[in-house]
Amino acid sequence: MAEVPLIEVRDVSKHFGTVIALSGVSMTVWPGQVHCLLGDNGAGKSTLIKTLSGVHKPSEGEILLEGRPIVFESPRDALDRGIATVYQDLAMIPLMSITRNFFMGREKSVTRGRGLFERLDMKRANAIAREEMAKIGIDVRDPTQAVGTLSGGERQCVAIARAVYFGAKVLILDEPTSALGVKQASVVLRYVAQARARNLGVVFITHNVHHAWAVGDVFTVLNRGKTLGTFRKDEITREQLLNMMAGGKELEELSTELAEFARSDRARQPEAAAVEEEVAEELEKEVELDEKLAAQEHRLRRDGS
Amino acid sequence: MATTTVGEADERLKQTSFLRRLMGRPELGAVGGAILVLIFFAIVARGTGLFSAMGVLNFLEVSAQLGIIAVAAAMLMIGGEFDLSVGSMIGFAGIVIAIPAVEWGWPLWLTILLAFAVALGVGWINGTIVVRTGLPSFIVTLGGLFILRGLTIGLTRLITGRTQIPGLRPLVEEDWLAGLFAGKVGYGLMQWLGDMGIIATRPDGVPLASGISMSIIWWVVITVLATWVLLRTRLGNWIFACGGDPNAARNVGVPVARVKIGLFMFTAVAATIFALVQTLSVGSADVLRGQLKEFEAIIAAVIGGCLLTGGYGSAVGATFGALIFGTVQMGIFYTGVNTDWFKVFLGVMMLIAVLFNNYVRRKATEGR
Repeated sequence: MAEVPLIEVRDVSKHFGTVIALSGVSMTVWPGQVHCLLGDNGAGKSTLIKTLSGVHKPSEGEILLEGRPIVFESPRDALDRGIATVYQDLAMIPLMSITRNFFMGREKSVTRGRGLFERLDMKRANAIAREEMAKIGIDVRDPTQAVGTLSGGERQCVAIARAVYFGAKVLILDEPTSALGVKQASVVLRYVAQARARNLGVVFITHNVHHAWAVGDVFTVLNRGKTLGTFRKDEITREQLLNMMAGGKELEELSTELAEFARSDRARQPEAAAVEEEVAEELEKEVELDEKLAAQEHRLRRDGS
Repeated sequence: MATTTVGEADERLKQTSFLRRLMGRPELGAVGGAILVLIFFAIVARGTGLFSAMGVLNFLEVSAQLGIIAVAAAMLMIGGEFDLSVGSMIGFAGIVIAIPAVEWGWPLWLTILLAFAVALGVGWINGTIVVRTGLPSFIVTLGGLFILRGLTIGLTRLITGRTQIPGLRPLVEEDWLAGLFAGKVGYGLMQWLGDMGIIATRPDGVPLASGISMSIIWWVVITVLATWVLLRTRLGNWIFACGGDPNAARNVGVPVARVKIGLFMFTAVAATIFALVQTLSVGSADVLRGQLKEFEAIIAAVIGGCLLTGGYGSAVGATFGALIFGTVQMGIFYTGVNTDWFKVFLGVMMLIAVLFNNYVRRKATEGR
């Protein structure tokens, strides 16, 4: 691991009027590491990444880029300094081709000629796009096909591949898997592992502990604008993370409450027992899924390194 | 390793069926439609002179004038906006050229430059209002439609007391810049064709169709340039991106506001070229010139494969849309069918085009 962290967030707070969205948040992103940012809705995840990607400026505290304090003027500024953010649904233009999406905003890198005769070298652009997609294991037969023909997971991958190709050092992925099915999510997760293998720093925002656990090295849990701590994978279990995200204590209280309800219900109605059985079955399925994901994660680790 | 993968993919690429790739082109419908229309009139209007040199140049000129604004409208639509003020801009540009030249004795070249400057200003205002307020361009330019038409009629009446400004013809003949819009070229070619007996000549040997109108040259040049910009330049990629999803485009650093304002300015300039071609070759300006042209331009663009929602379309398509337009208009005239039916045909044609486009877009974006 390198000496200097890619990004260091020190005691950053962000206020919107009287609302305190973030208060005293610190985190560090190292190269070759997947840093998962977990938290329930409204925990401040979005505000934190928008601060990292140059949309917001912190009200207090500072952000260090490779050891030097920095203030991003705009998302473009952050992008030019190697911090690429892939937003969940704003990544791609469906009606444009894969190649045109890939080079959107960065067309200069594939132009030929000068002045009035400057033109896009579409042949080279297509070749690069196809090659970069092949590198992440997605076989695009025809890079001139519209992005709309790709699945959601593949679209996310084009966005990520684009960021990597144009020299991102830090990838910020905003809920990249939350709108995806299991299979598509695994495509994205595999690419996250690959990005790590290429020594990029990855900030992976999610509220899905299973996805985070599958690829994450470090976990930071946010709750109501504050960090509940940062943990290495060997310091914590998935259940602890889940409890923390949901606000720990509250969840415990809830479960005892629910247990009480169940007891009184059972006394009153025999049907309740059936419902309970169903719930138990569901839980069992969940556990099975967990095991599958764990196995997959092992595979990913192997592929990644 | 990587190169072999790419090589293999290349081979498979060639195998993807030609038909499928053709289906992916936005201009397919317009090109097919134009061919059908030409075949139709070749049969129906046989012997009427529609396909004599004179007739061909006639319907090409009608197509060309519309084509000039249709290509600009198509680019703007790809960029995600409309301009309903194009027709009024044509009328307005006409009087900006004519009034100073005829009433105040300005040299024609100066009033031509003035007209372009005014057009750039109008386009800039349209674009800036749309971009800054985020209002639909439909509404903003609908305002422009009435404001410009009103100004055209009001100012002309105020200054000249009439609604027509004749007397441009003598000025055109002595002006160096006017010839770029009003003249004809290719006299030699037409003479040669006449001499060879390919086209009809008058008894003295001069061909009936003596030259190719400048509007046709402008049409071709603008189509070629627009296609080049759209398909092969950075700006073209930006135009598609702006129409496809302005937010995503902005996120990767595309200057969406500048691109859109630029497109509005280009549309107004195209309207001015239309006005110049028409006003200078007829020799007079009329306050009602260009009425309904904004809709005809949009229809041609839609027939040419542009989606109303932006982000998809082609300049070549708009050009063929305009060709369909011109051919049918003149074809109906030559065959002696009541011209009232032209509008019925137009509406039907546009509806078919929209249905077809909708289908193509669904095909283009559905998962495999």
